[in-house]
Amino acid sequence: MRRIPAWIAVGLVVGCQAADEGTAETPATWGIGRAATAADIATLDLDVAPSGAGLPPGSGDAVRGAALYQAQCATCHGVNGEGIAPNPPLVGREPREGFPFGNDPKLVRTIGNYWPEATTLFDYIRRTMPLTAPGSLSDPDVYSVTAHLLVANEILPAGATLDSASLAAIRMPARDRFVRDNRQGGREVR
Amino acid sequence: MIGSTSSNVVNELDRDGFRMACAGCTICDRTQLSMTAEVHTVADSGVEPGHAQPAGAISRREAIEGMAGTLGVALVATIPVASAAQAGVSPVAASAPGRLMGAPTSALGVRSAFAPPAPRTPTGQLVGSSLTPLHSLSGTLTPSDLHFERHHAGVPAIDPATHRLVIHGLVDRPLTLSVDDLKRFPQVTRIHFVECSGNGRAAWVSPAPDMTPQRTDGLTSNSEWTGVPLATLFREAGARREATWFLAEGADACLMTRSVPMEKALDDALVVWGQNGEALRPEQGFPLRLLLPGWEGNANVKWLRRLELGTAPWMTRWETSKYTDPLRDGTARIFSFVMDAKSIITTPAVPARLADRGWHAVSGVAWSGRGRITRVEVSADSGSTWHDADLGPALPKAHTRFSMMWNWTGEPAVLLSRATDETGYVQPTRQALMDARGAGTDYHNNAIRGWRVDADGGIAFHWET
Repeated sequence: MRRIPAWIAVGLVVGCQAADEGTAETPATWGIGRAATAADIATLDLDVAPSGAGLPPGSGDAVRGAALYQAQCATCHGVNGEGIAPNPPLVGREPREGFPFGNDPKLVRTIGNYWPEATTLFDYIRRTMPLTAPGSLSDPDVYSVTAHLLVANEILPAGATLDSASLAAIRMPARDRFVRDNRQGGREVR
Repeated sequence: MIGSTSSNVVNELDRDGFRMACAGCTICDRTQLSMTAEVHTVADSGVEPGHAQPAGAISRREAIEGMAGTLGVALVATIPVASAAQAGVSPVAASAPGRLMGAPTSALGVRSAFAPPAPRTPTGQLVGSSLTPLHSLSGTLTPSDLHFERHHAGVPAIDPATHRLVIHGLVDRPLTLSVDDLKRFPQVTRIHFVECSGNGRAAWVSPAPDMTPQRTDGLTSNSEWTGVPLATLFREAGARREATWFLAEGADACLMTRSVPMEKALDDALVVWGQNGEALRPEQGFPLRLLLPGWEGNANVKWLRRLELGTAPWMTRWETSKYTDPLRDGTARIFSFVMDAKSIITTPAVPARLADRGWHAVSGVAWSGRGRITRVEVSADSGSTWHDADLGPALPKAHTRFSMMWNWTGEPAVLLSRATDETGYVQPTRQALMDARGAGTDYHNNAIRGWRVDADGGIAFHWET
């Protein structure tokens, strides 16, 4: 929670009717399905939150990550993370001043200049990459590749190591650029 | 020159012709025959027995004779095969199709070989898309096999017998549900569009005169969906009051994940298994998908396997670095779920060309993620003057068909459409959108677009500024 903007955390008025006692026609619960066991949930629940919740034990380092990157990622994303169309580029900090993506459609969005959360990198690599063999990397492998990409984007120093605490503590350059959708219908174009 | 469809002379004649031909009997009601006068003029001898002919209605014979001037040839040529056989008449030449022996019944129907729809446009990539051929469709429902595709790691083949949906997190009763379990809950059927937030992006970034409606806007489709309200499932699981967001996860190779505000679950979100009267297509999430009416396609997670309730969004890659909208003020809009009102003329449009001067039906589809379409205006002079088009059924968050008669004089013209939804939002020009957001915002592009008609009848894609 500590890293979530207030509008995201409390900006929604929600009135869930979980305590509904039901009626003769509509019982409080239909009694359909079975209780999800801890094992049911554990096998599926891979997600990682910006708070660091969900990050597994273990660690990795950028040196090992660089080797893994060349073996597992460079074919699609380029030796230096420059991207090979249609696969997106991953590396780059320019432009370092401002956030002019709305004005210049030619600017390339990368981890270093656009991604707001570092935890997203771990979550995405672990659930999705490599594209043709997702799930094949161990947790230490994912920490290592994440560390390498953060080093390549000049967010971590060369040779950095990474674990759950150090990953959750990273503040990305674009962290504060994201704003709530203010479109609301009506006459005004937003 | 533009005329309303409802006052169009040709249309009225057609409808009157239909009513006259059917005035004296209930044949049409009973058999659901389409408007082809020949079908019951030959097979029936007159007014159905016992049916009182309404005062003022002309007789069947009068109706037939009245139409004979235009339909005479068709009537002669379309005597049903059975009648011809009984009369001992030899089959006629192949040039008279009504007399040819027809095909037998079949297990699965196929489209007429004379009217194949334009195909989708698969990219052939694992992370790719294919587009709905809007320009070859009529009405509003997209045939399921022409629903657009957008996948981020291919289309998985999932056995519904083993597939499970797990609901957990901030709930009192974590649940594991099979597909059969889900079908036991109270279910609803609704018609809604799905639209990728990148729909229109290709034309925004690199417009070209030969772009078809499929190419510019084929990342939207409209279906009848059947499923269970998400609110019902969350109530069943005992969702806690502190839950303000949920995570939806797919069972495709990339385990697609999107965070969604709980208010959508309590509004109109569904978990669906049915599409247009049958099971979901694999490309649309078989056996289960999340449906968030009116919200950008990516959040309508397909192959749904897990829903986790929490207090904050998870900030997945797709909702942060991918489907966000950088703005001109140096920020980027995040969680921009709603698809704003939009319309596009689908006929006439590229790749067609106008062969004849005179009246043409200008028709297209309009939709809004905020509710009903209340108005669609059409211009034939590049936006100088606008005219209200006729609207078909305008369901909330669904494609709505519009049409208008246009008399083409042979002069160059620019045809545009402009939708208004029930919030009063009016589809903006490209310039207004760029002023509000910036040139670098290419998702959620709903600017007014249309078609330039040249003097030779050629048609080209046109951005209105």
